[in-house]
Amino acid sequence: MKKTLGLCMVLSFLLSAALAGCNANAPAQGSADPSQGGEITVYTALEDELVTEYLADFNAKYPDISVNVIRESTGTITAKLLAEKENPVADAVWGTAASSMMVLDSQGLLEPYAPAGIDAILPQFKSDKQPPTWVGIDAWETAFVINTVELDKLGLKAADIQGYDDLLRPELKGHIEMSNPNSSGTGLLTVTGLLQLNGKDSGKGWDYLSKLDQNVAQYVHSGSKPAKDAAAGECVVGVSFGYAGVSQKAKGAPVEVVFPKEGSGWDLEANALIKKDDVSAAAKTFLDWAISESAMNLYQANYPIIANGQGGTYEGFAVNPVEQLIADNDFAWVAEHRSEILNTWMEKFDAKSAPQD
Amino acid sequence: MKNRLRQKFLRVSLPQAFALASCLAAFTATLVLPLFSLLKKAFLDPAGQFVGFANYLQYFKTPTLRASIGHTFFISIVTMAGSVALGFAYAYALTRTRVPGKTFFKYVALLPVFIPTIAHAIGLVYLLGRQGLITRLGLPVALYGPGGIILSELIFTFPQAFLMFYVALEFADGRLYEAAGVMGVGPLRRFFRITLPEVKFTLGSACFVCFTLAFTDFGAPKVIGGSYNVLATDIYKQVSGQFDMNMGAVVGTLLLIPAVLCFLGDRLFTSKNESALNARATKLNIKPSLARDSFFFLLCAAVTLCLLVLVAALCMGALVKFYPYDMNFTWKHFQFNASTGGIGSYFNSLKMSVWTAVLGAAFVFAVAYLLEKTNGLGFLRKYGRLLSVLPLALPGMVIGLSFIFFFNSKQNPLHFIYGSIIILVLSNILHYFSVPFLTASASLKKLDSEFENAAECLGAPRWKTFLRVSVPLCLPAILEIVMYYFVNSMVTVSAVVFLYSADFRIASIALTHMEEAGDISQAAAMSLLILGINLLARLAYEVTARGLRRKSQQKERL
Repeated sequence: MKKTLGLCMVLSFLLSAALAGCNANAPAQGSADPSQGGEITVYTALEDELVTEYLADFNAKYPDISVNVIRESTGTITAKLLAEKENPVADAVWGTAASSMMVLDSQGLLEPYAPAGIDAILPQFKSDKQPPTWVGIDAWETAFVINTVELDKLGLKAADIQGYDDLLRPELKGHIEMSNPNSSGTGLLTVTGLLQLNGKDSGKGWDYLSKLDQNVAQYVHSGSKPAKDAAAGECVVGVSFGYAGVSQKAKGAPVEVVFPKEGSGWDLEANALIKKDDVSAAAKTFLDWAISESAMNLYQANYPIIANGQGGTYEGFAVNPVEQLIADNDFAWVAEHRSEILNTWMEKFDAKSAPQD
Repeated sequence: MKNRLRQKFLRVSLPQAFALASCLAAFTATLVLPLFSLLKKAFLDPAGQFVGFANYLQYFKTPTLRASIGHTFFISIVTMAGSVALGFAYAYALTRTRVPGKTFFKYVALLPVFIPTIAHAIGLVYLLGRQGLITRLGLPVALYGPGGIILSELIFTFPQAFLMFYVALEFADGRLYEAAGVMGVGPLRRFFRITLPEVKFTLGSACFVCFTLAFTDFGAPKVIGGSYNVLATDIYKQVSGQFDMNMGAVVGTLLLIPAVLCFLGDRLFTSKNESALNARATKLNIKPSLARDSFFFLLCAAVTLCLLVLVAALCMGALVKFYPYDMNFTWKHFQFNASTGGIGSYFNSLKMSVWTAVLGAAFVFAVAYLLEKTNGLGFLRKYGRLLSVLPLALPGMVIGLSFIFFFNSKQNPLHFIYGSIIILVLSNILHYFSVPFLTASASLKKLDSEFENAAECLGAPRWKTFLRVSVPLCLPAILEIVMYYFVNSMVTVSAVVFLYSADFRIASIALTHMEEAGDISQAAAMSLLILGINLLARLAYEVTARGLRRKSQQKERL
């Protein structure tokens, strides 16, 4: 009987004790090493392939700092940061939506820090605090990703779709896909962009969205999915963001990326320092590099709108990419009315969820 | 009454009680406390002030959110009915009829378990999407919406129902059927009077498993659910879209409904007198019957065809340049970007899955044994049962986030496991606990307690009976559990996505990254590789199981 006891005790503590045997490294807890070297943990929502490309530059310049990167979608990264609030693991956040940064900031997770070279960043691309709590690196913006093969079958040409009103064409009924602003940052920036374009509180923005709703086949839970589905022919027009469409085109999809002529809603990918007991110098070095000219040049190859305003050119833009964005994107207004907008949207359009054939 | 109470109390053996208590304590520390740290937020406002049911009121005031509850029940009930019926018929065909090609059918039925759920959705889009192979034949298909979700959930839950029934039906006491035959009882009556009661427990648990899996699954509604809202997409919207942990916690508690219902209805299917494998049981002799065998053969063939077509669609997706616009052959999708973790993530996945399989199977079997084969301790056992079914009702996101809240706390003595492989293994063991637990329970229930009684009379210690009788007799079930843990750990995403660390990436996460980045063909290719590894593992399992069976048969002959 005693042995039963022994056996079961072993089993019950198996989970903690035996597992401890299978050796693993605890997460890097930002080394407070004041010198240049060290190990830092960076959370990012940038694309996998871009992270690898960008980091190569950092590693070449700062061989003594080793960077552990966790890359997940914006939603997951933000939720993880919020959940870890009591005892933050990350030292810095890199390339994550400014709308997320505002949530993190409002919950007191960000440590104000002005990285070297902050003055080169345009004022609308960084937080308005002094020193700033977050700093933008590039912008992503509403774009229509159009499958030309499928569009042709509907008797339309890519040139027929230039702006928001063109999405209301009867031929497109049931062929448009858009992301749900309640689950996707891209959906949110598109909706808030449209509301601002039509006069924030005039109600005209909601009228447009109601008309658009007639043509929408489905609202999906990811910002890039409409672009991917357009590429695969699962929808004809995906209301998504620029890079999502351009990267599909590069992979051989028969798509055109169109930026609406009225202007695109947009959000920033931004960086911030995480508030914790031992803020590491290496994390600051990383954030300095992340807005340095060499980093900006790398971002620019993929995202034409970068935060120092010296954007590159980009196929599909009729004008300078920065001018294509809706002017004066009012982040404060968006932050203030966020839940009101999301609730209105949900009441008007999310209830459509039941299948309507 | 008093006497009976005392008797009851005296029957409790102290070491057993202690063993059970420590298992449950470990369970509580690693599951209940973390859950509490997350779900208590349902009653707090964002600032951490207690607000009672205010969050619930707000939730139920929103019509769209209310609708999700109805949707979720609809999806789950249809899935449950479909999967349980199909799973039972399929398992019946492989255990109680003379259908040819049983091994083949068994493998094919398990295929969906061997690939990540996201691959089911990718495969379905290749087949039934707007550009799908089947859609192009001119069939009107409405994939995006409840139809697609149900289809995907059926594919996901069918193998689980099948496996549970397979394990339950594998044992049969031939004497009962022979006696019935001698007495002139017809086959239909035999089915309803002998076969069904034999698997009553499994029937109940299979219903619960299929219902709950469909109730909490997020993958299918996200990818092919269209705009059809269910609770699992709601929790995602609240947490990952609006970063509202409090409302997320509200939805999280609603997702516990099936587990609570199941716990309340526990008595329905836990009757104790179900031990079919009597100590004197004989092997069942199946008589040939052309009508029966051809019916079941056709059924198996139809299910098999559907599943093979799905895998074939994945192969096609992985091997053509750009479906559907460039159908030329290419291998390039198998050259993965190094940025997603590369080959290293495979080995990490393997390591994590092996640890999960071994430790998980030992823990599950110990808990199931202690709950099934010990006497008394009514309260503890009830608590144990509740804990065992609870994980099934938890979406991975809830497990992942509550592990962060709990283990990342500085005060927690187990804080050191945070960010290591240990927390991944732990979350997998708990996340996938319920189905193996039900398998183990079903298999233990089949063991006549005469074994224990006889052993006790002979003065053999309980641990000896456990190791020499229970474990060997339940070995098929135990191996099944090891496999279940292994394949699920290979493909899991939802919980571990919050818990893996930068220096320990795993293959299933790499797969979601590919899908997110729009590399659908690469994702299809990666799922095929995961399928390959899982098939290899399964093969190793079959060889081992066969060896063991031969050994035990030799013993029998002696």
